[in-house]
Amino acid sequence: MKFGIIQFPGSNCDLDKLWVLRDVLKQEARYIWHKDTDIGDLDCIVVPGGFSYGDYLRTGAIARFSPVMKAVADHAAKGKLVIGICNGFQILCEAGLLPGALLRNRSLQFRCEHVFIRIETQKSPFTCLACGNQIMRIPVAHGEGCYFADPATIAEMKKNNEILFRYVDARGRVVDTASPNGSVENIAGICNKARNVCGMMPHPERASEDELGGADGRIVWESILNHLGGVERVHESVLAGGR
Amino acid sequence: MTDPIITPEIIADHGITPEEFERIKGVLGREPNFTELGIFSVMWSEHCSYKNSKPVLKTFPTKGPQILVGAGEENAGVTDIGDGWAISFKIESHNHPSAVEPFQGAATGVGGILRDIFTMGARPILNMNSLRFGPIDGDDETARRNKRLFAGVVGGIAHYGNCVGVPTIGGEVYFDESYEGNPLLNALCLGLLRHEQIARGAAKGTGNPVFYVGPATGRDGLAGAAFASRELTEESHEDRPAVQVGDPFMEKLVLEAVLELLQTDAVVGIQDMGAAGLTCSTCETASRAGTGIEIDLALVPQREPGMTPYEIMLSESQERMLVIVQKGREAEVQRIFDKWDLPSAEIGFVTDTGLMRVKNHGKVVAEIPAAKLANDAPVYYREAKEPSYFAKTRAWKISDLPPLNDPQKVLPELLASPSVASKNWVYRQYDHMVQTRTVVCPGSDAAVVRLKLSSPPAKDRYLAITTDCNGTYCYLDPYTGGAIAVAEACRNIVCSGGRPLAATDNLNFGNPMKPEIFFQVLKAAEGISKACRTFKTPITGGNVSFYNESPTGAIDPTPVIGMVGIIDDIAHITTQWFKNHGDVIILAGNAVDTADPYLGLGGSEYAKRLHHVKAGLPPRIDLPTEKKLQDAVLALIRDGKIKSAHDCSEGGLAVTLAECCISKHPGRNTSALIGAKADLSAFASGTRLDALLFGEAQSRIVLSVAKENADAVVAKLKSQGVPAAVIGTVGGAALEIKAGKTACKWSVADLYDGWWYSIARKMA
Repeated sequence: MKFGIIQFPGSNCDLDKLWVLRDVLKQEARYIWHKDTDIGDLDCIVVPGGFSYGDYLRTGAIARFSPVMKAVADHAAKGKLVIGICNGFQILCEAGLLPGALLRNRSLQFRCEHVFIRIETQKSPFTCLACGNQIMRIPVAHGEGCYFADPATIAEMKKNNEILFRYVDARGRVVDTASPNGSVENIAGICNKARNVCGMMPHPERASEDELGGADGRIVWESILNHLGGVERVHESVLAGGR
Repeated sequence: MTDPIITPEIIADHGITPEEFERIKGVLGREPNFTELGIFSVMWSEHCSYKNSKPVLKTFPTKGPQILVGAGEENAGVTDIGDGWAISFKIESHNHPSAVEPFQGAATGVGGILRDIFTMGARPILNMNSLRFGPIDGDDETARRNKRLFAGVVGGIAHYGNCVGVPTIGGEVYFDESYEGNPLLNALCLGLLRHEQIARGAAKGTGNPVFYVGPATGRDGLAGAAFASRELTEESHEDRPAVQVGDPFMEKLVLEAVLELLQTDAVVGIQDMGAAGLTCSTCETASRAGTGIEIDLALVPQREPGMTPYEIMLSESQERMLVIVQKGREAEVQRIFDKWDLPSAEIGFVTDTGLMRVKNHGKVVAEIPAAKLANDAPVYYREAKEPSYFAKTRAWKISDLPPLNDPQKVLPELLASPSVASKNWVYRQYDHMVQTRTVVCPGSDAAVVRLKLSSPPAKDRYLAITTDCNGTYCYLDPYTGGAIAVAEACRNIVCSGGRPLAATDNLNFGNPMKPEIFFQVLKAAEGISKACRTFKTPITGGNVSFYNESPTGAIDPTPVIGMVGIIDDIAHITTQWFKNHGDVIILAGNAVDTADPYLGLGGSEYAKRLHHVKAGLPPRIDLPTEKKLQDAVLALIRDGKIKSAHDCSEGGLAVTLAECCISKHPGRNTSALIGAKADLSAFASGTRLDALLFGEAQSRIVLSVAKENADAVVAKLKSQGVPAAVIGTVGGAALEIKAGKTACKWSVADLYDGWWYSIARKMA
């Protein structure tokens, strides 16, 4: 499958995405420069994490005006896949491709740690291989990951089953303390109504190899591959405790 | 604006002595003008010239087959790690700026060390930091100030490192009264490169153009190097303009552009504008190449109008680089700057005059022999005198310490002591996983990263890295403290499964003009040198920070050691926490050092925290004994026999055992506790209970092994001349320690709670 990873000035998870897609999952993957307007033929666009444009003004607020974002919107409008992770999620919200916004963490501090998230639905290209409400152990690293949308939007999202991931405790319960940022309803990741655009704060690329203490994040990539080409699960995901 | 007339007062204000002024006149053959005086003052400051520390630094072992670029040759050393790969790493202080403006002071400290590394052509793959603050217990004004400094420094490191996308994977934090008003921030960066990628900071080739890259020059950070070379006073906050403001986003662009630039062969030489900014980068590059350099300040991008040559030359505005380009390749270089939207300007060219000639709109404003400016700062052999406080600290006897009656209460108290407690409040603010290299996250003896040298499933290689220094030990005996800093750093590497490779040092001391301080410097360096020779870990470079004094006095001598080790196979990677119920706990090394008159309690966290005593002598270190221990344990790890290994340090054996039970942390609000039963009765007779439980005797490692391997491991250690004994088993929900008639039992959940949340509670 063909993946394109956008590089904004200040992106810093672009290399990690390339590594996991090209070197670990052996897919065709290449960078797309933020000034490019023609992105060519791609199956899935990845909007990586980092601090695009220094995250000045507001996270993702400047990146959404990058020339490449028009191509991303066109790609999404065709029903093709887009996944934004961390800063990528923030950018997709700013660009209006996903509902809601990401606010400063409730602690007012950056948080980097392993958290537990629960897959809320298998009905998306990004979670289709999940085993029921599977729990994943996965890293987060952000200062502004507190998801917010007004109650009417949340109600609409629930109706359409757009909430893909929620922060939970190790036993899978949605409790306030499980969230590293104070997100409304513990939301960690969502998709749009058409279900082809996904945004999530946790980093699946940091949890895709056993060497890094767990490979729970592979479920996201493998779901995408499965959706695109009917690839079977290639990895038995484990709820492991790390090294 | 006309320059001021040079008076003795102005000379003194620049920190230049009358003798140094005479020397300057000798170099120039005339009186310097105001701009030149400023240039000399920064280049001949301790920060840039090491004029007070050179004789000491010369004693360090800096050579070895693994060294590709040695200490002091370039911005950072380069060390071979095999197969054509190399690492470049260095530690550097930003203490004074952090004392005055903690957030920006710390942030720009991280920025500076990152530039030193990518200037060498290496991609930075990890950051570490070593921090010291005054105590954060309680809520009085002093504690509140210490907390504010602590929070500011950690926030600044996070702000910068997270944005640049280099993981901050560990370090150390200690709290002690001596750092009140003069906190320490030592930042370490390590980068990865191919041998053929090593870049040099030399201005070669007459006629080659000199480029300035990065944001415009402003009045920030004026003469920061000179500021760093003075004691802090009540008025130091007025020096806030000497603290720079960092822009990590700009740094990230500069980093990517420089690495892309160095992939071409269009670059002849490159150097960052760190301390002493444009001054240092121009004269040093010319000096290294034996050439001259000529620039016109009118071409330098400037943030505000009306800046004088003096200000432009001395500005320490951040994220700027000087690049010397092959003539005729300018357009190629310009394309890369433009791709990254970086401001740049051609500001001059390389000459064969040996002079650093600075013009402003064509008029010469400074003209100084570059090599003399860079290298001919006076070198001082300062007077050293044994500190008079030794008489007092050494008059203290272990019998002055009341016997330990209730160890039950002591262990939780030590675990909650901020210097011992979990530092998760700190490292959870650092992105420690970006770049997907981090195999062992912060919280074990050393952090471990993979190098990603080839795609999976091919075999990869790993680095273990740690920083260490116990300032209290160094205060009580600088030689021993220096040696222990190296020994403990190596021990941490070994416990993680690595073989120590090379080190970087950051010497933090008070005012070296004071003979008692210089004594500390000399002795600590002697201890470091001796230990580095024992472990065959050359010093690849580092930094000296003097004048760390606040109105209440000098800091404890703090020579921080950053140590890197290589792990050849993923199977060798070892963590400190106990793994499985039924595993056997082995102590490698002597439980108590009976040859130590203080039995390991001198300078211990126990003596400081429980009895408010900072006296006696630090634990003894016998380097050959330590080496034997480390070699034997590493061999066992490589043999696959060891499930966990944890170095015994602050808080002694009881704290070490507790940490083995409580330090595995799978995720947010989720611990992975495991109990243990230890019986120390065999060592209890004829010694003090406090020494046995909380003494900090060196050369000890707590291991856990599968039951069936226990006898063989003990036998193997003994055959290598390492004392070893089975002291317990892993399992249960409590930590139980028996020592003769004393028996204690702690719930591991309670121990964990006090240890994990201690700092967060104090900072709430």
